Amino acid sequence: MDPLVAVVYALVFPGLLFLFAYALFLQFVDRKVTARLQNRVGPPWWQPFADLVKLLSKEDITPENVDHRAMRVIPLLAFAAVATAFLYVPVLGPSPFAFQGDLIVVLYLLTLPTILLFLLGWLSRNIFGTIGGVRAATQLFIYEVPFFLALLGPAIAAGVWSISGIVEWQRANLWSIVFQPIGFVVALIGLQAKLERTPFDIPEAETEIVAGPWTELTGPKLAVMRLSIDMALVVGASLVAALFLGGPSVAGTDFVGAAIGFGMFLAKTLAILFLLTAIRAAMGRIRIDQLNRFGWTYMAGAALLQMFLVLLLPQVVAG
Amino acid sequence: MSEVLIPIGPQHPALKEPVSFRVIAEGELIKRLELDISYNHRGIEKAAESRDFVKVVPLLERVCGICSHSHATAFVKGIEEVMGLTVPRRAQYLRTVIGELERMHSHLLWLGVAAHEIGFNTLFMWTWRDREIVQDVLEELTGNRVNYGMNEIGGVRRDVSEALIARTLIRLKPLHGRFTKYAEIIEGERTIRVRFKGIGRLSREEALRYGTVGPTARASSVDYDIRKDDPYAAYEEIPFKIVTDDAGDVLGRTRVRIGELEESVRITEYALRNLPAGSLKVTSPRVAPKADVVSRYEAPRGELVHYIRTSGGDHVERLDIRTPTLANWTSVAASLPGNHIADIPVVVAAIDPCLSCTSRITIIDSGTDETSVMTWDELRAHGRKFYRGREDR
Repeated sequence: MDPLVAVVYALVFPGLLFLFAYALFLQFVDRKVTARLQNRVGPPWWQPFADLVKLLSKEDITPENVDHRAMRVIPLLAFAAVATAFLYVPVLGPSPFAFQGDLIVVLYLLTLPTILLFLLGWLSRNIFGTIGGVRAATQLFIYEVPFFLALLGPAIAAGVWSISGIVEWQRANLWSIVFQPIGFVVALIGLQAKLERTPFDIPEAETEIVAGPWTELTGPKLAVMRLSIDMALVVGASLVAALFLGGPSVAGTDFVGAAIGFGMFLAKTLAILFLLTAIRAAMGRIRIDQLNRFGWTYMAGAALLQMFLVLLLPQVVAG
Repeated sequence: MSEVLIPIGPQHPALKEPVSFRVIAEGELIKRLELDISYNHRGIEKAAESRDFVKVVPLLERVCGICSHSHATAFVKGIEEVMGLTVPRRAQYLRTVIGELERMHSHLLWLGVAAHEIGFNTLFMWTWRDREIVQDVLEELTGNRVNYGMNEIGGVRRDVSEALIARTLIRLKPLHGRFTKYAEIIEGERTIRVRFKGIGRLSREEALRYGTVGPTARASSVDYDIRKDDPYAAYEEIPFKIVTDDAGDVLGRTRVRIGELEESVRITEYALRNLPAGSLKVTSPRVAPKADVVSRYEAPRGELVHYIRTSGGDHVERLDIRTPTLANWTSVAASLPGNHIADIPVVVAAIDPCLSCTSRITIIDSGTDETSVMTWDELRAHGRKFYRGREDR
């Protein structure tokens, strides 16, 4: 690929700049839909951007006796991890950076923000931050296994380990959701848990531990961290869309094909966001011990069952 | 894991008013709880002693923003008893109407807060929207949303017209359906069930031992309700039933409150439909004879007690307010250990604490910055000395 095209792809569209704008847009849709479900008016479309600017301009306070450098770097690391992950997700068509195994890289990069949140909570020397951080790490061990198993299902069925490759395979065959509905549901629940949204907002439960690991974040650090999580929502939603809903798959690679692919990307990520928002609005928060029981019995069980079916299916079809 | 101390309050997002819990936890499990409720002493009892009866009523209405009518009614009821006044039936019915509307808006507020404590913000928004119906009705009937200014000694201050009654009845109608809906939600929503069921359990014996009142007691199948046990206003003439539950946990307290919402709207409608004709008040004398009276009232949170002592003048000699939250606090400290940290907000919210009316004094030595609390005997000795000193004056 032409190096210039690669730079534009990574930084402008569909790279960083688009990701930034789309993350704010999805935050708006999320807030607006929640508000309408709750019979409220909801924010105007530019509110997430205004919030971001406001936070960026606020005073930056770091508690005493805290590793200042680490506190400063953690939000940036989270931001970088999520932004990098987005490069391997198909948006217009197959990602030009795709390679065998990029699925694993994306999953790894998406895990980073949670681990960084744990670190942040632990480093901030605040009892609420510490409890929240421990909860975030505990939660990670609960949802991550079923989430990974569910997302590996399409890869095993397709026989490739690149997200774009799985999208291509689905175009030739069937959307994964058709024969892996259980995996899709587990992936959605896992994504909800990964993004720490109700009913899995246990690490930042406001009424219990103030804001958990976020408690000591202020100003620009808070802004960047929040933006990273919003971007993780985009990456997560497009990942699930690519693996289960056929992603932005079109026959042509010309301009029209890219435009159609982009339209499909928008439609499918928004559809997933609606599901996530509906889950958030319809439930309360569960406890960490309840999540433990739910995750290891139902979610892990369902994911294993799905994996078993995926492995069994080709044998049956082959007869 | 070793023990950690988690400070909840005096400033904390789960608290609407200042109170301090020092939770000693082991991992996610609560070991002990230390409670300090002395953050907001406002000296209202003392202020009441320096005003005449007419001025005390609006002061007491401001003890609490939610049970404003409860405090005013409890006080005027006591003073009317001392003065030997017979309050007209129309006034008694109107007091009942406002009292039940207040119970509805308080319980709806509570339901929203309880949902918010477990992060269920949709239910929070819905109940608070329906609460607006009740608040609008209150505003139309009394002119105010919070401190209604309805009571005076001897009766009530505002009349309601036939047209207003008709409008109010239309406004209240949709609430029946909403309350049924809430009952369905708490029975059907899984996250509510797993977070409320079996949490903060109090057996009937414990509820009695810790002296709980109101919905907290009634959820442990103690059918204690001043409206039935010591009827005041128009409750003797209005048919209603006491809602109790035998679960004793947070879910039970939620069920009791939703049941009471349904009862309250029925009481309100009955009272408005059968509003007796007649005058609104009787003229009250300026002074009250020397007497001691205990006036009890079923506030939304439970039994509210005003102990009033008069000495023949136009002032109260002593006013002591026992709010329902104070009666319920100990049950929280008793039912929390063994539960999870995550359960603190719900269990605390389940008694519907109202702190501004509850706070008790703390002694702070300004020189050494040391704080202490008086023991019961010290307090008694201090009280005796103080009031003896006043008698001699």
